[in-house]
Amino acid sequence: MKYFRNITCLIVLFSQLLQGQENVTGTVFARDDTQESIPLQGANVYWMNSQIGTMSQEDGSFSIPFDKEYSSLIISYIGFRTDTLKITKPKNLIHFLTPSNELDEVEVIKKRDALQKTFLSSQNIVNINSDELLKAACCNLSESFETNPAIDVNFSDALTGTKQIQMLGLTSPYLLITQENIPMVRGASQVYGLTYTPGTWIESIQITKGAGSVINGYESISGQINSELVKPFTDPALFVNGYANRNGRLEFNTHLNMKVTDSWSTGLYLHGNKRDTKVDDNNDGFLDVPLGDQINILNRWQYQDTEKGWVSFINFRYLRDDKQVGQTIFDPDTDRFTSNAWGSEIDTRRFDTSIKIGYVFPSLPFQSMGFQVAFSDHQQDSYFGLNRYDIDHESAYMNLIFNSIIGNTQHKFKTGLNASYDGYIENVNQQLFNRIDRSVGSFFEYNFDNLETLSLTAGVRVDLHNLLGTFVTPRFHLRYSPWENSSFRMSAGRGKRAANIFAENQQLFATARQIQLLNTDGKVYGLNPEDAWNYGVSLLQGFTIGNRNGNISADFYRTSFREQVVVDWENPLEITFSNLDGDSFANSFQLELNYELLRNLEARTAYKFYEVKTQYQTGLLQKPLQPRHRFFANLGYVSTPKADGSQWRFDYTLHTIGSQRLPSTETSPQEFQLAAFSDSYSLMNTQITKVFSKQWEVYVGLENITNFTQEAPIVSAGDPFGAYFDTSIVFAPIMGRMYYAGFRFTLL
Amino acid sequence: MKKYLIGLTFSLFTTIAFAQEKNKRIAFEVDGICEMCKLRIEKAAIGVKGVKYAVWDIPSHKLSLIIDERKTNPMIIKTAIVAVGHDTKELKATEEAYLKVHPCCRYRDSTVVKDMH
Repeated sequence: MKYFRNITCLIVLFSQLLQGQENVTGTVFARDDTQESIPLQGANVYWMNSQIGTMSQEDGSFSIPFDKEYSSLIISYIGFRTDTLKITKPKNLIHFLTPSNELDEVEVIKKRDALQKTFLSSQNIVNINSDELLKAACCNLSESFETNPAIDVNFSDALTGTKQIQMLGLTSPYLLITQENIPMVRGASQVYGLTYTPGTWIESIQITKGAGSVINGYESISGQINSELVKPFTDPALFVNGYANRNGRLEFNTHLNMKVTDSWSTGLYLHGNKRDTKVDDNNDGFLDVPLGDQINILNRWQYQDTEKGWVSFINFRYLRDDKQVGQTIFDPDTDRFTSNAWGSEIDTRRFDTSIKIGYVFPSLPFQSMGFQVAFSDHQQDSYFGLNRYDIDHESAYMNLIFNSIIGNTQHKFKTGLNASYDGYIENVNQQLFNRIDRSVGSFFEYNFDNLETLSLTAGVRVDLHNLLGTFVTPRFHLRYSPWENSSFRMSAGRGKRAANIFAENQQLFATARQIQLLNTDGKVYGLNPEDAWNYGVSLLQGFTIGNRNGNISADFYRTSFREQVVVDWENPLEITFSNLDGDSFANSFQLELNYELLRNLEARTAYKFYEVKTQYQTGLLQKPLQPRHRFFANLGYVSTPKADGSQWRFDYTLHTIGSQRLPSTETSPQEFQLAAFSDSYSLMNTQITKVFSKQWEVYVGLENITNFTQEAPIVSAGDPFGAYFDTSIVFAPIMGRMYYAGFRFTLL
Repeated sequence: MKKYLIGLTFSLFTTIAFAQEKNKRIAFEVDGICEMCKLRIEKAAIGVKGVKYAVWDIPSHKLSLIIDERKTNPMIIKTAIVAVGHDTKELKATEEAYLKVHPCCRYRDSTVVKDMH
């Protein structure tokens, strides 16, 4: 009997063992409030994509046949998170389920500010997302900054109406403008380049004040603006935008995105704009805004394999941009290069291509590599009255970055190599200027972050350049948060660049001024490369009053030039380019206050003070057309969206621009003399958007509500071939009140 | 035979010793509630020598780590985490350490937990 019992035991044991080999067994537990383990009865246990399933017993135990075909075991129970376990062989499990809050949780969508100031980054970065970009409907990158106080938008000349941007009192050549971290608006595209990126293509913009990172090169002096384009993977399948304004400008954008395979997506983005109505509201015989048309085509390919860690973008872009400006009676076919009538045409053809490859080591999320190559060919053929200016700029750029950590993720570093090539061929009134810039550089940037109060970034790069020589560019950023919701920042850094004097100062061809190059020993047009240091301090303090958030910030930056190409137009008959002999600096102070005044009503205000002085031939003077004081205010109201997505958005912006020093006209005859300073004035814009559904929205807007314009923006408009003709002294809008309307259609 | 077995056991141990990885991924549960807990837990974990990467996921309470096994082990990390007042499965924080966390992070108190969700 005893013997028999033993055998039974053995058989039972064996059968259990046998079963154990074929089954996955286990127990499902949960924790109660006192953290005691309690077995869960009735939990579902099943193989993913199979019919095989079971339920846990009273004691939480279960047993499910193992099958090699299946490897994902799902355990689910109402009120708990469903877990998926990777099971490759039969075994015994003990599994705890985590209570889920999804059932009784009220979905709280945190409102994301359209304009975000970062409290944690060591650099002073403002992030503009697509919501902010919709505040001012139009049209391209240069117009994206009107609702943002970090960037000032200026008017460059009376002819092209192209808006120039400034940061810290310095114009765009001193800013590094990148697109997805590839330097973009530079060289031949310096003046008009911002108008070559249609607004709808932009996903977000990052503005870094002060010395930037060393990764993208040595050229940034007062800051960096990076724009991210929409991505085929995340952009809606179809997007259409149309826009028309009172000046006869028509604009059309379409985005088409599709998934080609699981990992490949592609997007085709088309932009076209046209203006063929002649407008001359001030009756000076000159067009107030250029006639023009632009066709802009971008094809992007995106590859994404998150499991293996690869991401890649391939871009192809073609641009054709034609502008005609000048007298309303000017007909290019008959009047070109004659003194029948004064006119100008600026025709640009540009091709861009770039490849970006990123790899994140799958088992090491903190380690990654990135590689970028870009090539562009830019050809501009233009004439301004009798002045001719053609530029052909070929550019190649390469960047390799490796990111990793030292010890742990509090100490990160980035290191890598850049190489660039720029070939310029310029024809300035039959005089040829050829130039080739070549450089290779390597960089190392260390970043420390103690996760709370302190972070710093210290970077250095060494470059070998055929014209600029071999030089070191250090950049340093520090952020310290002494108390809650605060960020104190400091930065310092050097920047260096070769000034493309003609490309950057094209508006001066539309004057009767004689161009003079005073120095001839330097490497770039006989001039020395520009070299400057930028220092900055800023304080950002967030606060909450009456349950609504706001922040106040103050910053001061100083840019000090050691070498600069001084563009001197204090003599109305000439323009001279010379090396800096004396002081040149730009001091900028900004005080900004942001607060949610009422529910859904955001206010943004800023006061800015600029002291930008350069040693000209006639003395140390404030830069012409540079207001010392500016005031900015923006009010934005967004109604709470209804269930169908419908809502209203209202936006109002005020710019007050202080008195500006005008270039000296003392030596001109009485009739061509201008005041020493312009009057201060204010500009107001507003826009209303009605969102009908997730698909449809329409907007209307009004720019320059008070209809303020500069009287007689062109000096000697009646005699365009005379010695005092000048279209470059523009300190206020030429275009009066202007209304526009448009729509957006989105298909997800 | 016995010697042979001992030798085998030893060689097994040494292979285990050599299998210590420089970049070992581990994960375990740590109790906590909010963003503030996240910062505290991650800071405590990253402060341990040999911990290269630490991310705590709020909903699942899972702390994912990448560690250098030659320099640390999960018990050392858990000790550091309970020292700042957060419980793990094997080690619980002392009442003293627990009371040092911000009142809204008191994950043992069911009313606090409920308030957060």
